[in-house]
Order: sequence, then C-alpha cells, then structure tokens
Amino acid sequence: MSLWDRLRQGLARSRSGWVSQLKKAVAGGRGRIDEELLLELEESLLEADVGLDGAEAILDALREAAAKERPSTADEVLSLIRRLMTDQLSEHRRELHQPPEPPGVILLLGVNGSGKTTTAAKLAAQLGGRGKVILGACDTFRAAASDQLAEWGHRIGVDVVRQEPGSDPAAVAFDTVQAARARGMAWAILDTAGRLQTRTNLMKELEKIHRVVERALGRPADERLLVLDATVGQNGLSQARLFHETVPLTGLVVTKMDGTARGGILWAITRELGLPVKWIGVGEGLEDLQPFDPQAFVDALFAGDGSREVP
Amino acid sequence: MAFERLTERLQEAFRRLSGRGKLSPADVDEALKEVRRALLEADVNFRVVKDLLERIRARAVGEEVLKSLTPAQQVIRIVRDELTALMGGEHAGIQFASRPPTVILLCGLQGSGKTTTAAKLAFRLKQQGRRPHLVAGDLYRPAAVDQLRVLAKQVGVPCHEGQGDPVEVAAQGVEAAAQAGADVVLVDTAGRLQIDSEMMEELRRTRDRIQPHEVLLVLDAMTGQEALNVARTFQEQMELTGLVLTKTDGDARGGAALSALAVTGKPIKFVGVGERIEQLEPFHPDRMASRILGMGDVLSLIERAEAAMDQEDAQRLAERIREADFTLEDFLEQLRQVRKMGPLDELLQMLPGLPAGAGSLKGLQVDERELKRVEAMIQSMTPQERRNPQIIDGSRRRRIAAGSGTQVQDVNRLLKQFEQTRALIRQMGQAGRRIRGGKGRKGWGGLFRGRR
Ligand SMILES: Nc1nc2c(ncn2[C@@H]2O[C@H](COP(=O)(O)OP(=O)(O)O)[C@@H](O)[C@H]2O)c(=O)[nH]1
Ligand SMILES: Nc1nc2c(ncn2[C@@H]2O[C@H](COP(=O)(O)OP(=O)(O)O)[C@@H](O)[C@H]2O)c(=O)[nH]1
Ligand SMILES: [Mg+2]
Ligand SMILES: [Mg+2]
Repeated sequence: MSLWDRLRQGLARSRSGWVSQLKKAVAGGRGRIDEELLLELEESLLEADVGLDGAEAILDALREAAAKERPSTADEVLSLIRRLMTDQLSEHRRELHQPPEPPGVILLLGVNGSGKTTTAAKLAAQLGGRGKVILGACDTFRAAASDQLAEWGHRIGVDVVRQEPGSDPAAVAFDTVQAARARGMAWAILDTAGRLQTRTNLMKELEKIHRVVERALGRPADERLLVLDATVGQNGLSQARLFHETVPLTGLVVTKMDGTARGGILWAITRELGLPVKWIGVGEGLEDLQPFDPQAFVDALFAGDGSREVP
Repeated sequence: MAFERLTERLQEAFRRLSGRGKLSPADVDEALKEVRRALLEADVNFRVVKDLLERIRARAVGEEVLKSLTPAQQVIRIVRDELTALMGGEHAGIQFASRPPTVILLCGLQGSGKTTTAAKLAFRLKQQGRRPHLVAGDLYRPAAVDQLRVLAKQVGVPCHEGQGDPVEVAAQGVEAAAQAGADVVLVDTAGRLQIDSEMMEELRRTRDRIQPHEVLLVLDAMTGQEALNVARTFQEQMELTGLVLTKTDGDARGGAALSALAVTGKPIKFVGVGERIEQLEPFHPDRMASRILGMGDVLSLIERAEAAMDQEDAQRLAERIREADFTLEDFLEQLRQVRKMGPLDELLQMLPGLPAGAGSLKGLQVDERELKRVEAMIQSMTPQERRNPQIIDGSRRRRIAAGSGTQVQDVNRLLKQFEQTRALIRQMGQAGRRIRGGKGRKGWGGLFRGRR
C-alpha cells in the first residue's frame, strides 16, 4: 500500500464521536479528570480550530474548576467545560450599539471573501430595510463589488451609494454618511473591500475610511465589525489583532456557521482582545443572520461529531 | 505571538536535553512536541499531524539524529523532507486534452477565490499563447456573472453567460466556447458547502455534462481544520485532478494545503498571491514546507532581493555579509537596502516567523526616521560593541539609549532585530547553497554572483 493510501485510509475513519468516547472513558471507572482525558479533550478542541494555546488555556481552566467542583460523572465534566467555554464568550455586551442620534453607522471590515457584502445586506434587511437604512459600497476595488451590493439593495429596496470602480473608498463612506443624514435614515451600513491584514497600505486605506467617517459623523462609526469566516484557522487571531489595531473594533460577525466549521479561534480572540461576537451568518439568504448565542454555539461545538446519537 | 521559530525551539529543546549526554528516543519525542506545535499552529489537521509525527519519529530515532552533533538541524531536515515529499516533487501544471478544448472546472467553498482564479488562469494561459474562454456558471451569488465578465474583459478573453439551470448554462457555455475556437474553457461555479448535498449533486451533474479534463478545488490558505473534510468530500464527489491554494499573500501558514493534499493525494497546481489577475504562481513544495514550519518563505525573499538589488550593491553587501562578521553596521546598511526592495509589508511577510505588523518586527518601519534612530543608536556604540553585540549588557544599553536620545526598549528591540536578521542570513546562506547547488559558495555571495 502506498504511503498516500495509508494516510488516506487513516484519515477516512469516520469521526470517532469523541464525546461518546469521553463518556466511556469517564464512565469506565476513571471518574475524574486525568491526563488521558485531557488529551482527548485537547484533540477535540484542536479539531474545532481552538488552537494549541487556546486549548491549553481552556483545559487549565477546567483543571482548576474541577479541583473545586470535583465532577464525578462524564456529564458533569462535560457540562463544566461547556460552562467555562460559554462564560468566556458571554462576558461582553452583544447588543447593537445604539447611536446617540441617527444615523447610526456600521462599518464592516475583514479579509477577502469572508462575507462582508452579504452581511451588509443581511443587516440592512434586519434593521428595517427601505426608508430606514442606506448602504455604502466602499469596495471600489474588486470586480463588480458594487454591482453585488447594488443587486442586494435592489432586492431589499434600499438605496446604495456608489461611485465609479477605482474611486476613493473614503469618499464613498463620506457620501453615504451625508446621504443617510440628508434622507433621515436610521442606519448607514458601509461595506468595504476585503484585505489581508498584513497589507499595510490597504490597512492604511481602512484607517482613512474610519477617520473620514468620524469627521462626517462627529463621532466614530457606532459599530466597527470584523467579519470573520468560521472556517478560518489560527490566522483568525492575526486578523482580529491587526484589524483591531487599525480600526478599534466593537465586535465580530462570524459567517458561514451553516457549515461544519466550528469557529474555535473565537476563544483565542475573545481571550486576548475581549471582543464580543454580535452576529453569526448561517446561510446566503437575507434572513440567515442571527444574534450570537454563546450557549448554542458551544452546544454546536460539542455536538458536531455524532454524539447526539449517544444516549 | 512571540517570535518563535521552529529551529530555535528545537535547538532550545535539544540544549535542555543534551546536558544529560547521549540522546534517547524519549528525548526525540520531547523535541517532536515542538514539531507538533509548529504544524498545529500552521493549521495542519491534527489527524494529519499525528500521522506525520509517527513517520518523522521513526526516522528521527534512527542513528542520524541521536548521534548527531546538531540534532536540531537533523530533525528539521527530516521534517522538511517529509513535508516536501508529501507535497510532491515536480510542479504539476494543467493537463491539456489531446483533442482541444481542454475543459477546466473550478469548485470550492463560498468566497475561496474561484472566480478570481478562473480569470487568473485565463490570463496565464493567454500569455502562453492559448485561446482560453471563460464560462460564468455561478448563478446564485448576486453579480457573480458581472464579476467574471469584468475580469474577462481585463484579461481580454470571451466570457460565456446564460440564465436558468446552472448545469445547462455551463454545458452551453462550453459548447459555445468550443464553437468559437477556444482551446481551453474555464468554468466558474457557485461556492458551496461540502455538506450541502443538493448543491454537491448539482456540481456532479455539471461535471457529468461537461466532462472536464481538470477539476480543481480552490482552497483558501487561511482555512483551518475543516480543510480536511472539505477536500475529502469534494474529492469523493468530484474526483479532483488538483488543488489551487489562494490568498497565500498574507501571513497564514497554510497548513490547510497539507491537510487537503493528505486526503486527496492530488497536487497543488497553483497558488494565488494577490487579488490581481497576474498574481497566480506555480506551486513550490519546498517553499510551502518552510512556510508551514514557520521558517518563512526564504527563497521568495531571496528572489525578490535578487530582482531588486543591482549587481554592484549586491556584491558589496554579499561581501560584507558573512555569517561570522555580520555586524551592526552591516545591519544598518542592510536596512537601507531593504528599503529599495519594494513594499516593506510584502517583504516582512516572507521573513521566518514574523507576521508583518505583528510581533517584534512591528517597530521595524524602515522609514527615514527609524533609520536615523537606528543610526544614532549604532553610532552610540563602541566599535567593540558593534562587532560583539553579546557584550551589550544592561548598563551598556542604558548608556547607548542615553547617548542616542532613545529608550532602552529601543535598544533592546534593535538588538533583537539584529539577532533575527543574523539568523535569517545564516538560513539564507544554507538555502541558497542547497537550491542553487553551488559548491563552496557562501551566504548571499553565491546567490548574486553571475546574475545580471
Ligand atoms: N454558506 C454561507 N455562505 C455565506 C455566508 N455569508 C456569506 N456567504 C457567501 O460567501 C461568499 C462571499 O461573500 P461576500 O459577502 O461576497 O464576501 P466579501 O468578499 O467579504 O464581501 C458569497 O458566495 C456569499 O454568498 C454564510 O453565512 N453562509
Ligand atoms: N489577497 C488575495 N485575495 C484573493 C486571492 N484570490 C482571490 N482573492 C479575493 O478573495 C475574494 C473572493 O474571491 P472570489 O474569486 O470572488 O471567490 P469565489 O466566491 O470563490 O468566486 C475577492 O475579494 C478576491 O479578490 C489571492 O490569491 N489573494
Ligand atoms: Mg464584498
Ligand atoms: Mg465566484
């Protein structure tokens, strides 16, 4: 058998249902948190993109809590770790920040293809649509980016402020804020071009958009949201860090949660940067945006491997 | 994330161990924990990591490492060999059909870069003298067709469009392209989750209708552990012929590529290195191996340096930069050179373990002001200190800071950056020798010689 075949065969083993294994392990007489159990937990966290440091932090917390609470059954161990993980995601306010006076401004940022434009449309629909919201197409770079937003605007019935491809995105942002005010809109939502967080020039452009919005509005944009793809791995932390450094973020939107990715990098992000997750995207339709629910999120993480079938 | 390189960590691990005399297999295990960490941090799927470690261990406990005077280097070599072997030797290009047109289908998750890659491939093929056509097969995402149309116009190739059933649109597009004399037809498709069985079924029907010669999975380099499941499902359902890894221009280490390779066994044919249509490159397994290990894209950096420096500068620098006598003065000179090599952020991304804008190199903005400060600090050092920075202790640092009107932290940072650069140069010297195969050449000298 070739090396590849062997490797593939190994990997093709169906996901082993680690929660059920874990239950067996605890039920099988060990009845406490030993190193082997922690190793199993670590693997499952790694598989959810929590990352090595993130997993260590969570397991340290588990050890500490277990020393006090002394869980004696598998269910108790599991509910303890769930609680710890839920608590960490629940620490910060997740409600939409209400502007002191209209229009409120929402600035969406993120890397390429993470779901900014779709999220802008979803938010526009949820915040009242026609007569309440205006969209600003500040992605003047990607081919047909403003057409994409305009098409959404058309479907929802909201106006989209746009300019020629290649024009200054900060100017579009400025115009959008002005238009929102002139037309008495409650919200202006600014879609921006995707950019990898390491491209300093593009990050400077973002900084300028942020500055110009502040000038037009008399205060910084009310929400500055990083749109993060749930399938992202450890790079998610670098994204959060560098975007946060460029434009101080007010929170995150995690998209593509309808897939099987579990977005585990969120624990590293919230631990280090203390940013709340405000919404999750669960599909490509306008209605597929939900307020973030830490409990459900953690449940999904722990349920992703067939453990639901386990009694 | 602190500046941590696998090499350094391994050296550290072995240093801890070697105090006890002869290395044992258990010692190797200890060191392999560092390898595991590096692979996991790079997003290689943990199942793939497990498997790789087993193989690496089998080789590492062999004589070569245990008896070696430089066990860290030996382990690194084994790890890199294994990774490079997994990623395939030769660059695999497009397999053209014996009877044109060659039909290429692009598929993948939402937002991974399919449409952009289709246009990039068209651009590349056109430059090679072929007559590629594009087919806009994404009828779901708003303005996806417009996007491809705009890109096709930039490239200067025809784009075939249609409405209704995506399978029909793809089939008719391929037909129309063939009629119009295309020798390659690139079919863009809508993004889809691998667990969306209806959409996957549609993709299979598209494939069955157009009978593509190449089915490429377009994968985002930032993807995490899911890369394995994504690649596996697409492979099972679509019988892929290859992979394209996009968005490698950032600081993602790209372990997803390894996961995808591991479950599909298909070659990575191209990598996306930016948003513009010309930013697509052939895949280099050795570079990817270094990158995944956090050792930086040293070879790309060397190429960039070669392209940017003129011969004379390069010679001069090469002469002065020798592992043993690379001094702080050379460092200053090098900073001046780096400024000429292009956008600094792009360069910094290629440096080992240094995500640009993060970590310790963040302060290294090579602008005039920073250069002046570095200059001032170096000038406040004694000649002895410049040659032997190790001797610069706390009180010397305070003196240098005072003398140059800077803070002790600035001096600390400078010394750290200097050390990093020195380590990098050492690596470049090794990489250069290995790749170009020049015997007896040293450091950058061998690299720059004989090039225009
Ligand atoms: N399945 C799924 N797809 C999404 C979600 N959000 C966005 N997308 C898709 O991801 C792709 C990229 O989205 P887009 O909004 O254009 O990303 P942008 O480049 O950040 O503006 C599109 O195909 C969207 O339909 C989500 O929550 N779930
Ligand atoms: N930085 C960078 N961006 C890329 C690359 N390839 C694609 N993109 C960007 O990723 C986003 C999604 O690309 P697109 O082709 O629309 O993805 P699709 O939904 O799979 O068709 C766009 O903003 C592209 O400009 C790449 O190699 N580097
Ligand atoms: Mg967009
Ligand atoms: Mg597309």
